[in-house]
Amino acid sequence: MKCERFVVNAAGRRVPTIVNGKEMIPFQGIGKYKPGGRKYAPPIPSCLDYPSNGDKTLDSLEEALKRCGLKNGMSISTHHHLRDGDLISNLIFDIAHANGIKDLTWVPSASFPCNEPLIRYLEDGTIHHIEGSMNGALGKFTSYGGMKGCAVLRSHGGRVQAIQDGEVKIDIAVIAAPSADCFGNATGAQGPSACGVLGYSLVDMMYADKVIVVTDNLVPFPCMPFQIQGNYVDYVVVVDKIGIPEKIISGTTQLTKSPDRLLLAQWTAQFCAEAGLLRNGIGIQTGAGGTSLSVGLHFHEQLKNNGWKARFGFGGSTQYMVKMLEDGVMDYILDAQAFDLEAVRSVKDNKNHIDLSVYQSYNFHSKGNYTSLIDIVILGATELDTQFNGNVVTHSDGLLLHGIGGWQNCLHAKCTILPIPLFRDRIPVIVDQLTTLCGPGELIDVVVTERGIAINPLRKDLIEKMKNSSLPIVSMQDLKAQADAICGVPDKAAISDKDEDTVAVIKWVDGTVLDTVKRVLV
Amino acid sequence: MDEMKKFATAGNKGKGVRSDCFISIELCSQDGISVEMVSKVKALYGKQIEVEIKEMLNFFDIRHAKVAIEDSGAIPLVIAARMEACIKQLIQTEKEYLLPFLAANAYTTQRDTHRFTRLYLPGNTPSLAINAGIHKPNAIILDLEDAVAYDKKFEARFMVRNALRGIHFYGAEKMVRISQLPKGLDDLSYIIPHGVNLILVPKCECADQIMVLNQHIETLKNRHHITHDIWLMPIIESALGVMHAFDIAKAAPNVVAMAIGLEDYTADLGVKRTAEANESFFARSMLVNACKAVGIQAIDSVFSDVSDMEALKNNVLRSKALGFDGMGCIHPRQISVIHQHFAPDAEEIEKAKKIIHAYMMAQEKGLGVVSLGSKMIDAPVVKRAEKTIQLAVSMGKLSANWREEFED
Repeated sequence: MKCERFVVNAAGRRVPTIVNGKEMIPFQGIGKYKPGGRKYAPPIPSCLDYPSNGDKTLDSLEEALKRCGLKNGMSISTHHHLRDGDLISNLIFDIAHANGIKDLTWVPSASFPCNEPLIRYLEDGTIHHIEGSMNGALGKFTSYGGMKGCAVLRSHGGRVQAIQDGEVKIDIAVIAAPSADCFGNATGAQGPSACGVLGYSLVDMMYADKVIVVTDNLVPFPCMPFQIQGNYVDYVVVVDKIGIPEKIISGTTQLTKSPDRLLLAQWTAQFCAEAGLLRNGIGIQTGAGGTSLSVGLHFHEQLKNNGWKARFGFGGSTQYMVKMLEDGVMDYILDAQAFDLEAVRSVKDNKNHIDLSVYQSYNFHSKGNYTSLIDIVILGATELDTQFNGNVVTHSDGLLLHGIGGWQNCLHAKCTILPIPLFRDRIPVIVDQLTTLCGPGELIDVVVTERGIAINPLRKDLIEKMKNSSLPIVSMQDLKAQADAICGVPDKAAISDKDEDTVAVIKWVDGTVLDTVKRVLV
Repeated sequence: MDEMKKFATAGNKGKGVRSDCFISIELCSQDGISVEMVSKVKALYGKQIEVEIKEMLNFFDIRHAKVAIEDSGAIPLVIAARMEACIKQLIQTEKEYLLPFLAANAYTTQRDTHRFTRLYLPGNTPSLAINAGIHKPNAIILDLEDAVAYDKKFEARFMVRNALRGIHFYGAEKMVRISQLPKGLDDLSYIIPHGVNLILVPKCECADQIMVLNQHIETLKNRHHITHDIWLMPIIESALGVMHAFDIAKAAPNVVAMAIGLEDYTADLGVKRTAEANESFFARSMLVNACKAVGIQAIDSVFSDVSDMEALKNNVLRSKALGFDGMGCIHPRQISVIHQHFAPDAEEIEKAKKIIHAYMMAQEKGLGVVSLGSKMIDAPVVKRAEKTIQLAVSMGKLSANWREEFED
């Protein structure tokens, strides 16, 4: 059994308390669960075991993996800094497969279409299950029950929390780095495969038993300024190419051209202005989606027109956020991920563009939570219910097609706004019953659609501020009725409701189990 | 159609097609109804789509047929339009499959309704129509003419009819551009009984065309017991049309506006259409004069560079200065720019406020003569100021209670 001992959690969802043989805690409500004990600690190393000249380079990744003691059942972590241009993560499992290794757990910070070839290793048992995110083809494969174990889906912050807490023990972390020295100091800011920031790998560096840095740009010691610290690194592997540059970074991030999305962006910005959310000294996160980028553009203009400045913008960063920094309407960019070439340039050259790992910014089991300092965050969703609960991982047909990303973490911002179309083609966004619960409605404040804006009834302050607005403020029930009138009420998709058909569990930011994903039947 | 076909198709498919479907129907002599479906929404709507298809076949008494649908998220009224377009190629019937008329669309418009913007929507492209109303153009135009390929005109009529009945346009005046006359007369039965507010008459060249069109409209109105006015907006697109502009403008009392189409007009002149538009200055002035002489609205051509908002703004300002009352849009992004710049600007509003205030004061004091400072104000000046104030209020640029805060 992949999942056992099901109980109903505080969100009313039936979840397992044992997943892949490990005990799990059911979701207990927002802010209810606090962990005890101590953080996980990797073994104490000694410099005696490492070359005194500091040269940890090896010729091949295979040799490095072998020296790290690669064996059946291990957990291997990778990161998505190189996004769809990543050439390293698949290579690890090619090597494992060639050496007859079985039952590995893959712990990526995110997966991309380029990881589709790993399906064959999930089929032949080289990989037992994935703990991380599953996009596109991998997600579909998981949805149809192809994975041997049960997938565990976590947010970016949930991933660092799980590794820190020892919930997931990383045996070998492989960090693909655009530049590194022989000692293992590394950075994403320079080199032919530059991706800007390595914000997802800091936690693996600190807590994995073994750490391998793979680079295609070896520089003389010291690699400065470094983002990965060589003291944590066991081996440095030099290869010809770690990534395909044009797939690592989109040359330019694209603003949406869709008139409907532009309207959502305009209303979102207008809402923020009228509700008094946008003001001098705020912190914002707008993301890299076409609609959110357009929201950012409106923010830029409004800040400038008012003579205001945002104190900080949270990455992932784009050319549009960089323009805010350079145009003097933002003091700092705090950044775990650079999305385009302008952002990569900026993080390298601008001292106010700060690389900030998600371990610092998104970790719920930490002495404070950066995300709760953000004033306005712009997010998306695949589904919402009338209680404002949200789904970001599955579509209404049940297919798991997206990761949680930073979504759950950012829900903790002071105001969470979701500009989303009321329906996509015929598929309504607002549903009676979410396919998968990823975020409790208590944390979602405003939903902006092209047919009206719904404010969470819990946000009496916002409702009061918007009561004379010219914007169409409506209820979620009203939005749902509008969508149903246009699209028709959808039938229930053919998704199993049996415990034994659990293909994935959704973790909340505190490590508890929020929901499950069930097998799609047709 | 003497010999009816056994196999028919309608709709669109392929990359980039959204909210539409492609349907083929083959009539058979036995084996009942079979439905083959490829749909991106099959998991959620597959059963409903099949029910809808079977209901329609049953409605048209088709007992044996093979139906194949490739669906990219078409809403029911789109599927129904595609089905009916197929069926009417296969059987002779007077029956129409009409989905309920959306109550929210049951509005009529006035002769002097604002027509600053009218958003063109290709009649056979439902994805663009579904959300058109949310961008709040003054009017939407479901286009059966140039925006629809010749071999798609037949199916587009069902699409336009169903759109008029069922797509919520949020109060936008519902216009249809029919095909060039006389072919366009065949479009009328698909729109007149289904809530159209105004008909655009393309390539209009003489008043007789309007008379003939109105005869057909009257016949249909009587048949369907329609009593409200259905307005006309002839489009002048040729040298001959320009020369006849005045006759066309006064051809019938339901002609409420006249538009100019510069692409065809410049082609007719054999000149290039330029950004400065000097080549069409005469035509546009003729059109404005003809309209003002009859007291109807003069509507400018579309501006085709949808990415250049600055050039659009300049175009609008030029257009307004010539006396136009609105223009066409080919992209929702153009709407707000056009509204903003056709609307009276701050200086115009201030001047109008002073004039109206002086006029009201004179009325209250029982004075026959209105003066502002040392100037006497004529009735037409007051009238124009009133119009400016009304416009400013209706466009949210001025509070309706502006006089309460007004200081001399």
